Amino acid sequence: MLLEAKNISYRYQNGPWILKDVTLSVGEGERVGLVGPSGYGKSTLSKILAGYIKPAAGEVLLDGKELPAEGYSPIQLIYQHPEKAINPLWRMKDILHEGWVPDQCTLNAMGIEQGWLERWPAELSGGEMQRFCIARVLGPQTRFLIADEMSTMLDVITQAQIWELMIRIVEERCMGLIVVTHNEALAQKVCTRIISLPELNKL
Amino acid sequence: MSNTICQTIKKSTFFWQFNLRTRTLAAIAGAFVILTAIAAAGILIDPASYAPQFQQKNLAPSLTHPFGTDWMGRDMFIRTVKGLSTSLWIGLLAATVSSVIAVIMGVAAATMGRRTDSFILWLVDLIQGIPHLILLMLISFVLGKGMFGVWMGVALTHWPILARVIRAEVLAVRNSQYVLAARKLGSSRWKIAVKHIMPHVVPQYIVGLILLFPHAILHEASITFLGFGLLPREPAVGIILSESMRYLTAGMWWLTVLPGASLLMMVLLFDQIGENLRTLMNPSSAQE
Repeated sequence: MLLEAKNISYRYQNGPWILKDVTLSVGEGERVGLVGPSGYGKSTLSKILAGYIKPAAGEVLLDGKELPAEGYSPIQLIYQHPEKAINPLWRMKDILHEGWVPDQCTLNAMGIEQGWLERWPAELSGGEMQRFCIARVLGPQTRFLIADEMSTMLDVITQAQIWELMIRIVEERCMGLIVVTHNEALAQKVCTRIISLPELNKL
Repeated sequence: MSNTICQTIKKSTFFWQFNLRTRTLAAIAGAFVILTAIAAAGILIDPASYAPQFQQKNLAPSLTHPFGTDWMGRDMFIRTVKGLSTSLWIGLLAATVSSVIAVIMGVAAATMGRRTDSFILWLVDLIQGIPHLILLMLISFVLGKGMFGVWMGVALTHWPILARVIRAEVLAVRNSQYVLAARKLGSSRWKIAVKHIMPHVVPQYIVGLILLFPHAILHEASITFLGFGLLPREPAVGIILSESMRYLTAGMWWLTVLPGASLLMMVLLFDQIGENLRTLMNPSSAQE
């Protein structure tokens, strides 16, 4: 499996171009770090790669084909703000089971406690919610994971635990991983290859 | 002696010792019971009980006639209850129809593309731009006044505010990160509409509907008062008030003040229910 972005350009409405002719590809089992300063389009690029927004020009291909519009997407995005990625009127159990039903093993590894499942989102901290957001996208059909600053709100020990688990799962299932971060040290530690977005962007 | 004082204090603070949730629920239940009683009384009252009885004209309020009697000897209390009940039923019907229009318009504006959206917003601005009462009189007059004219008028003029609220809510939820994520997790459009969007819209709808009632009732009474609403033979608060105005200078204050005050009371009861429901349903105040 190969995730390719070909000559992607994007701008919000009629604003200035944020991405211009960005081309990159991520293979199976690769862990790519996408680094760059704030406001350089890292999050926009990850939304385009995950199919959340359509680029103004260029295309995103998975194995040479366009992304499926319906159904469980093989490319999953883990968002920066878990509290926004969770419906505040749903119980955590329903949120967790929306795409697939994670086994107990995954829950233990994620540090999700049984008692949390019956709670409302407002009764959990940001870090606890983020574990749910990660667990719910690890379904068997997921081929590529895009982690957009996913560990920024976690304490250092939890960060280490979660990244260790992520790397293990990604390696076991031979998934591709794109890590979006401005933490250079984290990218060095986790990734097999680092791409700097400002160098890729032909603005 | 001190014991009795103690007990009275205890009793008077009793209601406030409940937490806010129980108090809110009690207030809602109380207002609901009173309103149901008014609505039911209007149907059950025998027209003979407010028929003219010329031997007891122009009586001031007393125990036998709490609101007094008018220049034809009709018991004003029973007439007022009957009138309130008529207003209540018209308000109920008009507000329900109005809120259904609001939901259709709001959801259509939020989901059916930019053209529909701007058309519906234009319509909302148009209706909100014309003073309610004038538009109401126009619609009611065109439809031949009477019951039908009034409730159609109220129904057709009161949906814009609620439609705006619902449109905004649907738009916000539809574009939220969790709905976008739900799509990518394979949830169908139907599931997103029912499980994600509906739970956000329904509370807004219920509160909006209940807060529409007082508007509808007051507008019904005011156009009837102005002579563009219900016909004089139908006992309505608007009719009572406009007829009684002429007798105000003769010192018969009870003919206007008491029915007017009861109308106000009824409207405030609806407001109570609406505001209390809002406190209950809003997650940030529900736990207080």
